Amino acid sequence: MTWAIGERLGAALLGAALLGAAARPAGAAAAPAGAAAIRVRHAWIRVLPGDLPAAAYARLENRGDESAALVGALSGRYRRIMLHESLTSGGMSTMRRVSQLTIPAHGRAALSPGGYHLMLMGATRPVKPGDRISITLLFAGGSTETVTFLAMPANASAGP
Amino acid sequence: MTVSLRRARPRRATTALRIAIAVCVALLAACHSGAPRAWRLTDVRGHLPDLRFRLVGGAGGVVSARDFRGKNVLLYFGYTHCPDACPLTMTHLHQVMVGLGPLAKDVRILFVSVDPARDTPQIVQEYAAAFDPRAVGLTGAMTEIKTLAQRYRVAFKRGPDLPGGGYEVTHSSAIYVFDTRGRARLLASPADTDGDIVHDLKMLIAAEGSR
Repeated sequence: MTWAIGERLGAALLGAALLGAAARPAGAAAAPAGAAAIRVRHAWIRVLPGDLPAAAYARLENRGDESAALVGALSGRYRRIMLHESLTSGGMSTMRRVSQLTIPAHGRAALSPGGYHLMLMGATRPVKPGDRISITLLFAGGSTETVTFLAMPANASAGP
Repeated sequence: MTVSLRRARPRRATTALRIAIAVCVALLAACHSGAPRAWRLTDVRGHLPDLRFRLVGGAGGVVSARDFRGKNVLLYFGYTHCPDACPLTMTHLHQVMVGLGPLAKDVRILFVSVDPARDTPQIVQEYAAAFDPRAVGLTGAMTEIKTLAQRYRVAFKRGPDLPGGGYEVTHSSAIYVFDTRGRARLLASPADTDGDIVHDLKMLIAAEGSR
């Protein structure tokens, strides 16, 4: 029940986000301290076999004067995306859901293996290495940025 | 004045002699043991039991430690619904295999699932093989997996159900290295570099080859 609502809400949000992205002229500085100030590079997905959840990584640079926060992501290609962090302490590996990843003003943050990442679940159709997957990053304050992620093999050690 | 000098000399000589003896003893001990002294990973020889398990492989058949006699084994526990930490370690181990070059033909990565409820033999093998052709995915009865984990003091714990389905499993991140006779030899962590793991594996393979 919650799942169905979540999915519908996700689809609605994605629609709104994509509309927003389409409506914004390229390079416009209209959005305050939002996506316009965030530069995303080296965006990639580690593809795992079958319908297993995958992880997405990228480097984010905030060129704005105000701090920004990544709070989630949406994609037409995955039913559910969560912002996660892997932690290793005392010889134990664990993963926890996080509410946001802060990108300081004129600073950087990374979604990288062994740290923060987007967990992608329920691919609507199989994703293969070489595919280019569009993912919309959601920032605090409502701004969005649609980024193309390159799907890479499971044993890729670094992104594009 | 002269008296005090005379007294000091023998004392200095005694100290020098003591140091010389200590150095000789240390050198003798090093030579006598014959063991390589430069492991970069943790030497666990004699501290952990030999490899022994009864699990299920990708083809659905029983796989046991005996099937890997003659191979050096890298044992790691994880689960396939782990999209970040486990792939990072498995990629790390793939890089180690690449670093070993032709020596990798007698090395196997064993990826043992700590989530047999979701990990079928087929999916765990597909997952392992996606990282390296010499990786073997193993799953099986929870009791068998627990027995193997406890043998190497590996802990794992299923997390609570997540909203939207699924769950996560917290697990030990250690990598256990066995020699070709199934004896536990070295303990590595994901933080050890590819170079250090390759170094020790080459040393282990060379030591076994010269026996």
